Amino acid sequence: MSKYIGKSIKRVEDKRFITGQGKYTDDIKLVNMAFAYILRSPYANAKITSITTDAAQEMEGVLAVYTAADIPESIAGVPCGWQVNFKNGDTMKEPPHPLLVRNKVRHVGDAVALVVAESRSIAKDASELIQIDYEVMDAVTNPKEAVQKGAPLVHEDVPDNICFDWELGNPKEEVEKALKDAAHVTELEFINQRVVPNAIEPRSAIGHYDTAYERYTLYTSTQNPHLIRLLLCAFVLGIPEHKVRVVGPDVGGGFGSKIFHYTEEALVIFFSKVLGRPIKWTAERSESFLTDAHGRDHVSHAKMGFDQDGKIVALQAHTFANLGAYLSTFAPAVPTYLHGTLFQGLYTTPKINVDVTGVFTHTNVVDAYRGAGRPETTYLIERLVDLAALEMEIDPTELRYKNFIPAFDGVDQPGYQTQVALQYDSGNYAPVLEKALEMVGYEEFRKEQAAQSNGKFLGIGFSTYIEACGIAPSAVVGALGARAGLFESAQVTVQPTGKVTVYTGSHSHGQGHETTFAQVVADRLGISIDDVEIVHGDSDRVAFGMGTYGSRSLAVGGSAIVKSLDKVLEKGAKIAAHLLEASADDLEYDEGKWTVKGTDKSVSFGDVSLTSYVPHNYPEGLEPGLDFSSFYDPTNFTYPFGAHIAIVEVDKETGVVKLKRFIAVDDVGNVINPMIVDGQIHGGLAQGIGQAMHEEAIYDDTGQLINGSYMDYCMPRADDFPSFEIDRTTTPCPHNPLGVKGAGEAGCIGSTPAVVNAVIDALWKNGHKVKDIQMPMTPERVWSAMQG
Amino acid sequence: MAYKITLTVNGKTITAELEARTILADFLREHLSLTGTHIGCDTSSCGACTVHINGAAVKSCTVLAVQADGTDITTVEGLSQNGNLHPIQEGFNQEHGLQCGFCTPGMMMTAKDLLQRNPNPSEQEIREALEGNFCRCTGYHNIVKSIQYAANKM
Repeated sequence: MSKYIGKSIKRVEDKRFITGQGKYTDDIKLVNMAFAYILRSPYANAKITSITTDAAQEMEGVLAVYTAADIPESIAGVPCGWQVNFKNGDTMKEPPHPLLVRNKVRHVGDAVALVVAESRSIAKDASELIQIDYEVMDAVTNPKEAVQKGAPLVHEDVPDNICFDWELGNPKEEVEKALKDAAHVTELEFINQRVVPNAIEPRSAIGHYDTAYERYTLYTSTQNPHLIRLLLCAFVLGIPEHKVRVVGPDVGGGFGSKIFHYTEEALVIFFSKVLGRPIKWTAERSESFLTDAHGRDHVSHAKMGFDQDGKIVALQAHTFANLGAYLSTFAPAVPTYLHGTLFQGLYTTPKINVDVTGVFTHTNVVDAYRGAGRPETTYLIERLVDLAALEMEIDPTELRYKNFIPAFDGVDQPGYQTQVALQYDSGNYAPVLEKALEMVGYEEFRKEQAAQSNGKFLGIGFSTYIEACGIAPSAVVGALGARAGLFESAQVTVQPTGKVTVYTGSHSHGQGHETTFAQVVADRLGISIDDVEIVHGDSDRVAFGMGTYGSRSLAVGGSAIVKSLDKVLEKGAKIAAHLLEASADDLEYDEGKWTVKGTDKSVSFGDVSLTSYVPHNYPEGLEPGLDFSSFYDPTNFTYPFGAHIAIVEVDKETGVVKLKRFIAVDDVGNVINPMIVDGQIHGGLAQGIGQAMHEEAIYDDTGQLINGSYMDYCMPRADDFPSFEIDRTTTPCPHNPLGVKGAGEAGCIGSTPAVVNAVIDALWKNGHKVKDIQMPMTPERVWSAMQG
Repeated sequence: MAYKITLTVNGKTITAELEARTILADFLREHLSLTGTHIGCDTSSCGACTVHINGAAVKSCTVLAVQADGTDITTVEGLSQNGNLHPIQEGFNQEHGLQCGFCTPGMMMTAKDLLQRNPNPSEQEIREALEGNFCRCTGYHNIVKSIQYAANKM
């Protein structure tokens, strides 16, 4: 019986946030804490010929100025957690990412010196007294240009700046032949521009070394404290993991950018021991722009072939993926295994080939950003489909219906084997589009569009997407190059009074786990949600965890909780059977009590809990206590999908695009808390639409990020959006106990191409047969497209 | 050189000595440990630091603490009265107007300013009033609904 699951329970975590009592890293004050400021390179590619720190060291209030010379050479830097091999089998190029640069800076923002002082302002003032002589060299920022002969090298030992080349799918020659034989080929060359994640809480880290216990504590704004601990201890500093506590307290948004192990985390830990005082570092927003791992940045060329009837016969794409100057923690996975593996989309395309070149440039690192690889794939496929529909003069919805993979539930019908490695778990794709079309009033819209004559061009754009979430089966990702497992753990501790504490390895930074997970626990145990507490984010409280990203928390972390709950109930039944003098097989559990079937003899969860800790009258041979840990490693990814529709109005005089409506129908499997899932969709939509209409990180030819502040980078604002119109269908995941698929990234994956497609549609229907408008679709770009 | 200021913060009179360059946001956070006021940018763009000075919403990262000498300041910690949530706080909870919570204090202080000036704002007026406050989690959708909830309640 569900008292909580499926209901929009108000979030239990809200109270501390709405009263100003949230505890983010920068809110934490430790006794005797010092403050760090990092002096960063103003150049994208330069040799350091000298560093003079004397004047800074002598400033009153300065405690220390550290440079690379203060770090042992044995500490090479932060590692990469995913290995991609070249097509010829060679290991990817993996140059070190140093904590502080020794000889050569490779992007604007590369860290050169760490100033530690009694206050932030003193540390910053002192940094201005550090003298560094740079020998500035040419830089390259575009991945396609960076592979050209003679381009400036980011790393001397990485020829042509190529980190790896990689291919997936059917043999290229087969796909090329299918394209050659196709009745129609739609071809598109485009840029999926670089964007900045922009969590509103800037990254922050506090390092503390306790000499009494010889123990380190790192507070950091992270999405996965245990992973940071593992990387920090085993791969960066070589310190014992059991002597390190990592806490990710309240975290003000992540969107992928706080998954990764950053140099600053290692710096504050390492130097807190050297200095003998806790050290806090908090990024200024301009530092966030320069150093939080960016997203996207693909230059792609793609072809989609169709037969006479509009069936897709082949898809081929080549992408240059910009990785930045170094390899961030999961950077190589994003344009490969999180990108190439989704090229089947929702369609029965029989021949697919994806070719990706990963490239170093003199820019900040690029890594997973909400959706991570899957938005890039969706953008590519869905732009091609809508464009093909215009070119072939077929309705874009009809073209999709022709090509959808038929429904399969993954139970009675097998999963769908794609041409690009993955096997989809369950899917029923036509209904999401049908529902979205009903919501939009499609026929009426087309009439309105045809009739419009007010100097505005109406357009409609579609996107029907799939994503791989619930990341992921460890064995699968291991085979694909992951250097970590991707299971999740959960401990359920039933207190003697029947109150329940759950320790989850998932990490909430806005997703509402403290509520959603508690709903699952309360329902399974038949107790009040007020009797459940969800604990996360502290490696001293939670034994292990892999953290939150890839829409995995409920699908993987929630499943681990369910496993532990099952163990609690199994043992509880033995205790109950003893107390009721019945066989455990004769008991049923409902509403928080075990009852002997067909009788009114029962014992409550609370009584069983107490008995387990006061085991006077107790089953022989059974251990006391009611406390279980579980690890859950899924057997497959989960595959949410959906249909997004954008309606735009383009001003033909100015090129200004107004987003009039946005409709999203998503299928994320079973839903525990509809309110929270809707919120996840809303947020994802805003980020996806933001990329289409507003956002772009712009590097100039010298490698300067010329819009690295909120004055210059166009963040989406409240008045940029209409109210979203959203709904869902439900196709349960067949392979996890909750039937859930994950909702964190859906909005961001589906929405971007729908908006661009809508503008192309508006222009095309008014005689401007443009194939592409570079995102973000500024008025200038749209206006220019209408002139040419 | 240290400057002495006296001001009221959430109903309490505070006297402090501080450097002239101390911004109000840092003063609230570092000196008074009122860490509900957040700092999200360097350019007075994001609004996470919004507080009320003499009843009007102001970005506290753009004001020197010495400029606030003699003023009456309300921060998010001063929104609820006698243990009762302010209708705006209640609205954010009821309508799921927050996720990570980092922008929330600033959002609520801006919303309070709006509802003081315009007790029954339209959706468009709410969206325009939030122009100076960034949220990366909610897509603003439920923030708008939260403020509508509060407007109905107030």
